[in-house]
Amino acid sequence: MSTRSAFDQELQELRVSVLRMGSMVDTAIGRSLQSLKERDQSLARQVIAEDEDINELRFKVEGDCVRLIARQQPAARDLRFIVAVMNIVPDLERMGDHAAGIATIVVRMGDEPLLKPLIDLPRMAQIAREMLRASLDAFVSENDEQEAMAITIRDEEVDQLYHQIFRELITFMIEDPRTVTRAMYLLFCAHNVERIADRVTNICERVAFVATGRMQEISSEAGTEVGII
Amino acid sequence: MSITNSLHSGIKQKITVENLNFFYGDNHALSDISIVIGDRQITALIGPSGCGKSTFLRCLNRMNDTIPGIRAEGRVLLDGQDIYTPGTNVVDLRQRVGMVFQRPNSFPQSVFDNVAFGPRVLGLHRSQSLAASVEESLRGAALWDEVKDALGQDALSLSLGQQQRLCIARAIAIKPEVILMDEPCSALDPIDTLQIEELMRELKKNYCIVIVTHNMQQAARVSDWTGFFWLGELVEFDATQTIFTHPNQKLTENYITGRAG
Repeated sequence: MSTRSAFDQELQELRVSVLRMGSMVDTAIGRSLQSLKERDQSLARQVIAEDEDINELRFKVEGDCVRLIARQQPAARDLRFIVAVMNIVPDLERMGDHAAGIATIVVRMGDEPLLKPLIDLPRMAQIAREMLRASLDAFVSENDEQEAMAITIRDEEVDQLYHQIFRELITFMIEDPRTVTRAMYLLFCAHNVERIADRVTNICERVAFVATGRMQEISSEAGTEVGII
Repeated sequence: MSITNSLHSGIKQKITVENLNFFYGDNHALSDISIVIGDRQITALIGPSGCGKSTFLRCLNRMNDTIPGIRAEGRVLLDGQDIYTPGTNVVDLRQRVGMVFQRPNSFPQSVFDNVAFGPRVLGLHRSQSLAASVEESLRGAALWDEVKDALGQDALSLSLGQQQRLCIARAIAIKPEVILMDEPCSALDPIDTLQIEELMRELKKNYCIVIVTHNMQQAARVSDWTGFFWLGELVEFDATQTIFTHPNQKLTENYITGRAG
């Protein structure tokens, strides 16, 4: 008989909560992009409203972690796992905020036509969502540092697409300053997606920490470059 | 399994155990233990009941010698001198390596006489220096303020936590270099336990401390180094923070997380 079945059960519940939160965030990202593509303001408002649920779940999971630490005095892998969860849920919560940020822009844009057709932006979002799902898979399998690290390589694809969108929109704005507002709307959307992918790499860092006990920064050079153009 | 550890630079080796094997008759209680214990450090030994940690502790001042049929092989070096060398004066050894036990074993005498016992045996009789030694030891054991006005009271009238600190005062009265503690808090309540732990942090400024404990949180709170024993073997020995955050051995991990043992 296991000497710690209650503790194992609580750890499993924590795992499920993170997955549920990840799934809510994934849905929010998908819907925010859909509302942008289809100019669906009511869907955008729904994303904004449902972000509250993500925020609430974040605090619930953090509270669960604090209670587990207080009552079980976890050590070794259990401790690393709980600490990782405490770091992952704020990242997920912020990713939800980024999705809500895109939805807010959709509402603000009203019926104004898009400056250009959406091509790279949905692709960026698609990659970011794939990264998110893969990071949650790695979180569940829990012992594969390589798996977690491999996901972060895709952040460069997202950064390159962002870079591309950035240059393109700058060109629009230089050629015709009247496009600045509409260009900025799209740029903000792209920026939100770019940040989502960055936060997935944070999750991957935490998954690697659970597996190895090492804390390491995974840096994306492309990402830092975009910031200083 | 034989492991060797290294201490951080700047820490002096106090006790070095090399390939220690210990037998109670045919029972091979300790297998090939090698370990380096640092001076002015707290080293905790953890492991389930019967894993050999107390036997190991008692090898460090030859407290096992009185048990019939025992046999120790290997070397235990105290400041480089093997304490198992024939001709070793065991009384001198135990003066250098003191011990505190699971339950406070105060003598049924006054508080003063308990602490003065060791110094008297060593020939200190002048009342002034004896009083100074008793005060110094009681202060060192963080008990002075509580008993200074009643040094003549029966030691057994003190609370258990106070008696345990009295035993520590008695141990340090003869100025040992190493203090071995065999589950010193297992009979104490949480507040007395924390007082002893606080005292250990003070004592480590001047002594090498080795503690056997069943309470893993105590090892995590108080020690600098932790050794994990399992079935008579030393499975892992490392800095306490490593043992409790990312131990190298799966067995250690399973034990400290409650999956085994």
